Amino acid sequence: MIEFAQIKVIAAKEFRDRIRNRWVIAVAVIFTLFALAIAYFGSAQQGEVGFHSIEVTITSLVSLVIYLIPLIALILGYDAIVGERERGSLDLLLSMPITRLELLLGKFAGLSAALTCATLAGFGSVGLLLASQLDPAAFYHYAGFMLSAILLGMVFLSLAVMVSVMSRDRARASGAAIAVWFLFVLVYDLTLLGVLVLSGGGFGEDLFPLLLLLNPADIFRILNIFSMDDIKVFYGLATVFPASLSNPWLLGSMMVAWIVMPLSIALWRFK
Amino acid sequence: MKNSVIEVSNVFKHYGEVRAVDGVTFTVCKGETLGLIGHNGAGKSTLFKMMLGLTPPSSGSIRIQGIPVQGSAFRALRRSIGYLPENVVFYDNLTGLETLQFFAALKGCERDKCLPLLEKVGLAQAANRRVDGYSKGMRQRLGFAQALLGKPRTLFLDEPTTGLDPEGIREFYQVLNDLNTRGVTVIITSHILSEIQERVQRLAVMKSGKLHALGTVQELREAVDLPLVIRLRIQCPPGTLQEALQGIAIKELVVDGSSALIRCQRACKMDVLRRLGALDDAIEDVVVREPSLEDVFLGYAA
Repeated sequence: MIEFAQIKVIAAKEFRDRIRNRWVIAVAVIFTLFALAIAYFGSAQQGEVGFHSIEVTITSLVSLVIYLIPLIALILGYDAIVGERERGSLDLLLSMPITRLELLLGKFAGLSAALTCATLAGFGSVGLLLASQLDPAAFYHYAGFMLSAILLGMVFLSLAVMVSVMSRDRARASGAAIAVWFLFVLVYDLTLLGVLVLSGGGFGEDLFPLLLLLNPADIFRILNIFSMDDIKVFYGLATVFPASLSNPWLLGSMMVAWIVMPLSIALWRFK
Repeated sequence: MKNSVIEVSNVFKHYGEVRAVDGVTFTVCKGETLGLIGHNGAGKSTLFKMMLGLTPPSSGSIRIQGIPVQGSAFRALRRSIGYLPENVVFYDNLTGLETLQFFAALKGCERDKCLPLLEKVGLAQAANRRVDGYSKGMRQRLGFAQALLGKPRTLFLDEPTTGLDPEGIREFYQVLNDLNTRGVTVIITSHILSEIQERVQRLAVMKSGKLHALGTVQELREAVDLPLVIRLRIQCPPGTLQEALQGIAIKELVVDGSSALIRCQRACKMDVLRRLGALDDAIEDVVVREPSLEDVFLGYAA
């Protein structure tokens, strides 16, 4: 039987720690500055600067978020458990009337709340600056972008907690976190693309879209790009990704599965 | 056993080929203080962790207040258990009061009980200071306050007086004594054996994962049968003492001017004292020293 009060105590401490040490405000400022720079200078290659359509801005922001949020989430969560173990505070914590599941969920919830606050504050403030351009459809897209960015952060936070449980010490955990980032953000897509090109497009025509769903970063990209008709025509992905798989609810469910799965593995290992 | 609060029954813990705990069995009664002593690596901390349900035994069973520590019902019982780990570590970014309030929330205790607890352990003045500014002794006091949260009925204290000054140690044992009289059961480990021997009802000696001895300090002394030492101030020639003690199986007799030292087994003690008494004015003073707990412990360790 899960006691939510215990989860709340741990989550509140984690969240308060990140507010106190100004982590939330620092990350929010980073998000704001990067987002503003991308929104303003996003079209510099075409010889012009300034704010353009919300679709173009979101497309530029997706490219930023896909690198930045996984990295920040992994840095935030990699020492959640291994840090307690290495400091020597884990035994005392577990001697309290709290289960390992509640401890994990509390850590995850508190860190997720901190990352969500930073994401909402950082990208929300840019959204306010762009408010004059936001008609209802654009507002819907921008809100969808922020929601998917929060989900992406939670996915990588979940992976970070898993890494934290499975690592023997903090040094190994940080190395594993960086490896996770490289795998999902850089190596996975490059490998798929390489295989596709080498096989002259013949390999895995049906398999390729499904393989993309195995990478949360790709799901995030597909969720945001495919929701905008004006943009998706510019992406080669659109030619290989079937419309049947680009349902936002399906993609959102995949993201949720990506949050649940690493946490479940973490719990299994933690026990 | 009637009134037994802690029941450890034939407990083993293996890590691969290593037997960290090797068939340990004992019980601790309500209101009793049991001292657990042994070398580093003797298995004390592993046993502590198993008694707290932090790590499962490879075999055997442990019950606290009749409830198996590995069962789901043990969770509720944790509210009435206090634990002070060796080298307790807290969150440096929290104040002493916030630290206590955090653990109080986890234990389901009232927040307003935290400040009186800090006063009890002598930390009221530092309640609103961050823990990273605390000395080792202050952290230990905070750890003790944390263990006392929620009126515990069973206390597990691992090296609780490490880093405390003599006054702090005295205050700590005063609080512990007060808890004992109210029926709190305590298991305590310490490397400072002279400190623990006066304050525990029974001692358990662990070596290489096994429980080598269990009993009162006096029972352990008698079981090890280490020689006791009799120091004398004398006013007689050295030969007088040798002559007087002839026929008694003493271990050693050393005479140095006006002082002498006799080492003998407990069984011979009264014979020796009777013979010395017969020497009348030749003996000016007699001091009998029992083997200390250190001696007993080293005797078991050997």
